[in-house]
Amino acid sequence: MSVLETKNLKKHFGKVKALDGVDIDVREGEVFGFIGPNGAGKSTTLRVLLGMLKATEGEATIFGKDAWSDAVELHKRIAYVPGDVNLWPNLTGGEVIDLFVKLRGVKRSERREELIRRFQLDPSKKSRTYSKGNRQKVALVAAFSSDADLYILDEPTSGLDPLMERVFQECVMEAKAEGKSVLLSSHILSEVERLCDRVAIIRDGRIIESGSLADLRHLTRTQLLLQTKQHVPDLGEQPGVHHLEEKDGALVFQVDTEKLDDVMRYVSGFGIVKIESTPPTLEDLFMRHYEGVEG
Amino acid sequence: MNKRLYANTGVLARHIARQDRVRLVIWVAAFLVSTLLVVSAFSTLYSSETERQAMAETMENPAMIAMVGPGYGLDNYTVGAMLAHQMLLLTAVVVGVMNILLVARHTRGEEEDGRLELVRALPAGRLSSLASTLVVYTGANLVLALLIAVGLVAFNVESIDVEGSLLYGAALGVTGIFFAALTAVFAQLSESGRGTIGLGMAVLLLAYMVRAIGDVSSEALALVSPFGWIVRTETYVNNLWWPVVATLTAAVVLAVLAFYLNAIRDMDAGFLPSKAGKKQASRLLVHPVGLAVRLQRTGIISWAIAMFVLGASYGSVLGDLESFFADNEMMQQLLTPVSGVSLTEQFLSMLMAVLAMISTIPALLFMLKLKGEESKGRAAHLLERAVSRTRLMGSYLVLALVGGWIMLSLAALGLGVAGNAVMEDSISLGRFYESAMAYLPAMWVMLALAVLLIGLAPSLTVVAWLYLVYSFIVVYMGGLFQFDEWVTKLSPFGHIPELPVEEVSWLALSVLTGIAVVVLVAGFAGYRRRDIQGG
Repeated sequence: MSVLETKNLKKHFGKVKALDGVDIDVREGEVFGFIGPNGAGKSTTLRVLLGMLKATEGEATIFGKDAWSDAVELHKRIAYVPGDVNLWPNLTGGEVIDLFVKLRGVKRSERREELIRRFQLDPSKKSRTYSKGNRQKVALVAAFSSDADLYILDEPTSGLDPLMERVFQECVMEAKAEGKSVLLSSHILSEVERLCDRVAIIRDGRIIESGSLADLRHLTRTQLLLQTKQHVPDLGEQPGVHHLEEKDGALVFQVDTEKLDDVMRYVSGFGIVKIESTPPTLEDLFMRHYEGVEG
Repeated sequence: MNKRLYANTGVLARHIARQDRVRLVIWVAAFLVSTLLVVSAFSTLYSSETERQAMAETMENPAMIAMVGPGYGLDNYTVGAMLAHQMLLLTAVVVGVMNILLVARHTRGEEEDGRLELVRALPAGRLSSLASTLVVYTGANLVLALLIAVGLVAFNVESIDVEGSLLYGAALGVTGIFFAALTAVFAQLSESGRGTIGLGMAVLLLAYMVRAIGDVSSEALALVSPFGWIVRTETYVNNLWWPVVATLTAAVVLAVLAFYLNAIRDMDAGFLPSKAGKKQASRLLVHPVGLAVRLQRTGIISWAIAMFVLGASYGSVLGDLESFFADNEMMQQLLTPVSGVSLTEQFLSMLMAVLAMISTIPALLFMLKLKGEESKGRAAHLLERAVSRTRLMGSYLVLALVGGWIMLSLAALGLGVAGNAVMEDSISLGRFYESAMAYLPAMWVMLALAVLLIGLAPSLTVVAWLYLVYSFIVVYMGGLFQFDEWVTKLSPFGHIPELPVEEVSWLALSVLTGIAVVVLVAGFAGYRRRDIQGG
């Protein structure tokens, strides 16, 4: 069941088409990765979903309700963390967390203390003294102590050190284990790879690919390192072979996943000494979608 | 009305009140204390009716009308009438400034800094931020109105009665609410907090000037400005309430407009277009002085226009002033003419002092920008490259010195050109310019103080502003309050010879310049030694 859905979502700023028909859906209990480079429309999509921007065209619904007109009702069940958190300089981190809890209309929970400890945040300091990472932690503690049903996270780990990034990932896993849904926008692909069940890739305001990581991998290439007894002629001319190079007497190349079988049959005739295969990373996948776009 | 648009307004209002508790208490206390000090000064300094009537005579002067509004109750100029006539307008202007600064900060400022985004992602309504700001500031202005009224009544001066005091407070309160609502509209139009404040201040200045010109020459014009309404309450004499009702009505209309505009726009968007910038830096920009100029370009241009217009609007009353002196024998006896100097010229030096102090505001702003750049961590971009601290500070100083000189020149030019257009006996532009330039050393002392503060105690730069406010009070109103001479001499502006009436005192000007140089050197030395903050 979808908890969050956009259909043909468009947002124009004057003549600029920031979103040009975005379709995503986040299902209950899953972590959904939303990836794309800066300026592709990630934050715009999230802001439309949070009822801060009004869609020019199309639908954005959360829990079956309209993201714009039912914003206040919806926000009681949503927690949001932006990538660049700015706080009131003369309030302490603890005060800011309590303000957010109060605006939610719930009681302070024990989770607050637990999360402050895990994120190693000093809640007694004024926000003006916090570094970027610490401001980010304030927003994360407020979000994860809120008992929301849907988490919308927009590059939430920018500025966090690797230890805190790990804590963040644990929090996302715990939320998922409790049956919560998460929409995670990021360009840290290793993070998305570790956490997400399904991903969507956005480019120039359109979703160009979406599905489970396994599905997406199928569409991409496998990296192979091959050493043979005999010289392999015309390997570069075989369909589905890319980026052929010779390195220390071995051949390094990429193969389209659907051509893997044909290529293996071809090279096996030359006496394989050594073969190593690396599964495509999300980064390869991502780069493949973006390569050639700039040119 | 959709209730959900205003969800959680109460929680946010408490949040704003809590953040501003110290700031608001200081502002309100300052208004209360200064108003009561003025009452106390007036009732001791002008205790006899003869003294008050003598002052009433001078209030027919068009220059005074331009500054404080049309006189009323001059036949029986009581302490209450003096207070309302001479102080209500000025106080209302400052109340307007307070509301512009604070409301801009809580509306567009919050949005620009991204804090509104966090609030809007919580179950808070789309209009709750604006609503809570206006609720808090309407409340603050009402408290101000009530405290001023109670304070005035409690002071127990005969002519200061209960109804008049309530009206005095109410006039200030509704002016505050008017500017709060106006700023709320500008917060929807502009995309930045600075832009919002700029629009608010521009309209406030314009409203003051329109009223000044209108009060002198055409009442219909004065009634375009909310300040034109406020001076027509005739507090403590006729106690007219219609201006209070009119101002409040206008405020409500503006507030409704602000809510409407806020409801139909996206977050972070404004209705005024922001144009795309250049892709490459020009040759001038890539130099510390060029950068300092470029960063403040809008401010420099706006201030330049404002100073010229301000000078011109003062100049426009000089014609009326001339005929006023010609018709008034008592004034001719009171101000014994100096040989070769017309009565109008005697007034010039006082106008110049005011213009010079106002020109010091942009000069200080240009200099203190260096501190703002430092605390935002942007000065470090230059210092970590091959720009020395002395060169960086020097660049801002050059801009402040040249900028201050340009501002003062434009004000003098505006005064001279407009003045000569309306006067029968013209005064040469050189004379205007000369008496303006005499104030440069005083401006240098103010700038040197700002440099010293940036160099040694950057958290105390507000002292430079307080010193300017002090100078303004003692020089501008020193005569009114009959301060001792030493009180005036504590300000650099108190040492400037009043050209063309007095002789040029090269000694005083050299000593001021010398002090400025010594203080500057100390400031530069301090800036080289201390830690750079922010980042």
